[in-house]
This record gives sequence, C-alpha cells and structure tokens, in this order.
Amino acid sequence: MDVLYFAWVRERIGIPKETLTTEAKTVKDLVEELKLREERYAVAFSDLSALRVAVDQELTDFDAALDGVREVAFFPPMTGG
Amino acid sequence: MRVLVQEEAFDFGREAQAFASGHSNMGAIVTFTGVVRDSDKGGMERMVIEHYPGMTQKALETIAKDAVSRWDLGDVLVIHRHGELRPGEMIMMVATAARHRVNAFEAAEFLMDYLKSRAPFWKKEYGADGAEWVAAKDEDEDALSRW
Repeated sequence: MDVLYFAWVRERIGIPKETLTTEAKTVKDLVEELKLREERYAVAFSDLSALRVAVDQELTDFDAALDGVREVAFFPPMTGG
Repeated sequence: MRVLVQEEAFDFGREAQAFASGHSNMGAIVTFTGVVRDSDKGGMERMVIEHYPGMTQKALETIAKDAVSRWDLGDVLVIHRHGELRPGEMIMMVATAARHRVNAFEAAEFLMDYLKSRAPFWKKEYGADGAEWVAAKDEDEDALSRW
C-alpha cells in the first residue's frame, strides 16, 4: 500500500510517500500503527481532527476500511480556490 | 465541461471570451477569478500551492459534475493553478453558463465553496520572516452546509 503525505503532514513526517505492508483494518488502525513507529509520526498524527484522509484518491474518514486499498493519503484541511 | 489543473498562468480574458462565445442559447455567463493577495499580516513575497496530482483532476470534475446536476447549466469551466505564484497573479477561475442568471450565479458560488474545502490544494505563504501554511477557515467549511 502506498501512503502519501501532503503539506505540513509531509513536512513533519519528512517524506512525501512510502510503500508499506500493513495488517491494519481501518485508516484509524493504520494511524495507530504509524504513531508507534517513530516520534515524527506521533507528532504528525497527534490531533486527528486537524487531518483529512483520502483512500484511493477519494475523501473519506478515519473509520474507512483498508481492505483492497492501494493508496492512502493524509493531509491538512484543504485550502483551494 | 472543462476542468484544467495547471502550473502555467492562464489568460483570463481569452478564456472568458472563448467560454462566453460558444453558447448561443445561454442568457447568462458568470465568471469568478481568485487572485493571490498579500497575507493578512502583510509582507508576503510568494505563495506555493501544493496539490495531490492523482486526485486533483478527479475531485474538480466531481465538483463540476455535481454543479451540472444541481443547476440547469449549459457549460462549466474550472481552471486551477498550482506551483509558485506571486501577489496579484490569478490562481483560478470558474465560469458557468446558464439560460438564466440565478442558476449561473448560484452554481459559480457552489463551485467556489467546494473548491475551497474539497479540492486537494494547500497554500503556503513565503515572506521575509519565513513561511507559513494557510489554515483552512471554519467559515469555509460552514459555507458548504448551505448547499
């Protein structure tokens, strides 16, 4: 599974993208798994209300299932327009 | 319907003219253009807009299709830039064509509200004293509830 980070999430974690293998069932599980890996992940994911997530390039929420998913992206609230 | 995500500048006059010219049965054309303005505290030198290449085009098309399904529109144009921009440069534009102006105005406002909060762009402002990500505003999120 590819995991992508944008804007300050990318800056805090230090990379734009990584490929990982996970047993996580939901986005929330994946976040918990990442937070345990290293401090920079714990910092980036410390407040989920400040984050948004897309699964396979569609906006969703942290309860979304990861079964069969190829790409998950984490980012702050969008500021387009 | 035309949706363009691009780094290069666009010619607003030419785009608006071309869009307005193609619709003999449309009585109303509305255009909106977003321009880079100085940061609230001043001193901004440039803005860099990051986006999510795989998702941006699809997200904008979904928003544009949504507008077409909600209002009686003849056509929609969305252009949104990314990359580095300076104050005064145009970031994006939307144009709507409808038989009657209420639909054209409302659809343009709808497009703008959704582009603000549901299109994967993130703005960072650079000035003499450093760089800062632009924070999303609560009122931009609240604006979606009226649709």
